[in-house]
Amino acid sequence: MTKLELVCPAGTPAALRIAVDMGADAVYMGFRDETNARNFPGLNFSVEELAEALDYAHARGAKVLLAVNTYAKAGNGEPWIQAVDNAARLKVDAIIMADIGLLAYAKEAHPDLRLHLSVQASASNPAAINHYVREFGIRRVVLPRVLTLPEIRRINERIDIKTEVFAFGGMCPMAEGRCSLSSYITGKSPNMNGVCSPASHVTYVQSGTDLKTNLAGFTINRFGPNEQAGYPTLCKGRFAVGDEVGYLFEEPTSLNVTGILPELMDAGVSALKIEGRQRSKAYVREVVRNFRAAIDAAARGERLQINMDGLSEGGQNTTGAYEKKWM
Amino acid sequence: MDVMHKTSLSLGPLLFNWDGDKTRDFYFAIADEAPVDHVYLGEVVCAKRLAGKDYMPEVIERLERAGKTVILSGLMLVLDDRDMAMTNDLASMGRDYLVEANDMSLVSLLHGQNHAIGPFINIYNEASLKYYEDGGASRISLPPELPAASLRALARTATAALEVQVFGRLPLAISARCYHARAHKLHKDGCQYICDRDPDGRAVDTMDGQPFLAINGLQTLSHSYINLLAELPELKEMGIHNFRLSPHDVDMVRICTSFRDRLDNKIDLTEANDILETEMFAMEFSNGYYHGEAGRMQIGN
Repeated sequence: MTKLELVCPAGTPAALRIAVDMGADAVYMGFRDETNARNFPGLNFSVEELAEALDYAHARGAKVLLAVNTYAKAGNGEPWIQAVDNAARLKVDAIIMADIGLLAYAKEAHPDLRLHLSVQASASNPAAINHYVREFGIRRVVLPRVLTLPEIRRINERIDIKTEVFAFGGMCPMAEGRCSLSSYITGKSPNMNGVCSPASHVTYVQSGTDLKTNLAGFTINRFGPNEQAGYPTLCKGRFAVGDEVGYLFEEPTSLNVTGILPELMDAGVSALKIEGRQRSKAYVREVVRNFRAAIDAAARGERLQINMDGLSEGGQNTTGAYEKKWM
Repeated sequence: MDVMHKTSLSLGPLLFNWDGDKTRDFYFAIADEAPVDHVYLGEVVCAKRLAGKDYMPEVIERLERAGKTVILSGLMLVLDDRDMAMTNDLASMGRDYLVEANDMSLVSLLHGQNHAIGPFINIYNEASLKYYEDGGASRISLPPELPAASLRALARTATAALEVQVFGRLPLAISARCYHARAHKLHKDGCQYICDRDPDGRAVDTMDGQPFLAINGLQTLSHSYINLLAELPELKEMGIHNFRLSPHDVDMVRICTSFRDRLDNKIDLTEANDILETEMFAMEFSNGYYHGEAGRMQIGN
């Protein structure tokens, strides 16, 4: 069994250097525009910064994966084409994409460019994944966070490419790339704008002793004086269904798979992806350090469950859909 | 001039878990009375719901006898072997019926033969549109998130018949998790098919009582109902001639008729809207996505 590859977020050049220094096998990032799914103010890379990042990472044996994982806009596809062309020119180790039109372009224009299928493509079964392999020669698929371990195993038995799964950080409860909750409420979506529940639409309102978190005027959560308020990601709020009020879609929790690395290896997974290009340098340092240790331990046949509650949203962890109780 | 182009109305797949009798009666009424040209049939939300439902052959026969074209719709999210078996079955019917793919697994199985692409396949630009057209898609229902500018750009290059949803709650998300079961503190495996209690989906409100979304098993829908009656002339002008109404537990015959009459200029916009508003009393309508705004917004009157 080969060692799991550790794929780490690089929201900024500084975060990239930290991730590489702490032992990332690969780092991923996006350009500073709507071609990537973390199109947040102050994040991401210019073309020049990507060139420098490649030098830094390659000198230390780490790979660089570029995410161009939003959907190109009808009538204005130029930024996406440019992103793909720049990725090919700078010789990134792989480009992570979801848009089928863009995959077709990349295969045609840059046959040597290694293609990874983004989680945003929502390829959740062998037939779908094999279609992308056949049509575009994709070399790796990032699996949706809606699959159980037995489903992941069955997928790996029926495909010939490597699979990467999410290991830590934000937990989308919805099939990625097929969710327009954010644009329904705010007008901005992951697929079209590279954002979900954008900060530009967030307000915090004191209401008596409670703190209300609002998204575009909608109350996403309400925290008592003894509760820690979280960011109002739309699907992580408390809502009412009839008389019941609670976390209907998902708790404010973080994915953490350090406790099930042997099971993921056994299911045929090749790489672990840490979510969080929007996170601080301190966060990246801690998470990468811990995962480096957990992966190295798993390769020695040891199980190292690392408590990272302090780094988690709401101080909670979950193994998500990997374990069926999540459903 | 495109104004002479014939417009067609379709009834989208039933998204909700109605019981067999109610579903059969609904489709019989559509067959006999609704002025729609195409009817999409099939379970797109949850494979579990098919258990014990055997009305399909009867319904298909009745619809076809009434001159409707039946299109079979596939699942939105294909995860396990049961989902895949259902997808394979549907693909094998692709010689006899037009089949609509809503997941890449079915796209793959139908590749190279005439088929339809549903709104759960991401087509945001001309290159994607062309990819699916080249693969054999002759009828493409576009994602509801697209603004008019994108629809116009796509219509300019399309060779397939493009379709846009003009009525009903908007499908916004799909999950492996069942929110109906979760709201009732049940596990997905022991869901008791509890989504059958809410024929239009179950309302989800904020803690301050603001209407927000609706849940339908694995699916999350908009609270508001899209209504593009006012936008029909512009859609036609840009070259989109196929309009989808998503079924709800209201008088769909009357609603389909109001859209048909509006397209035929038998009634004006105010009259058509009045019919929707009386039929859908106390419901909110929206058209925000079309106008490039948040989907929930109602732009204009």
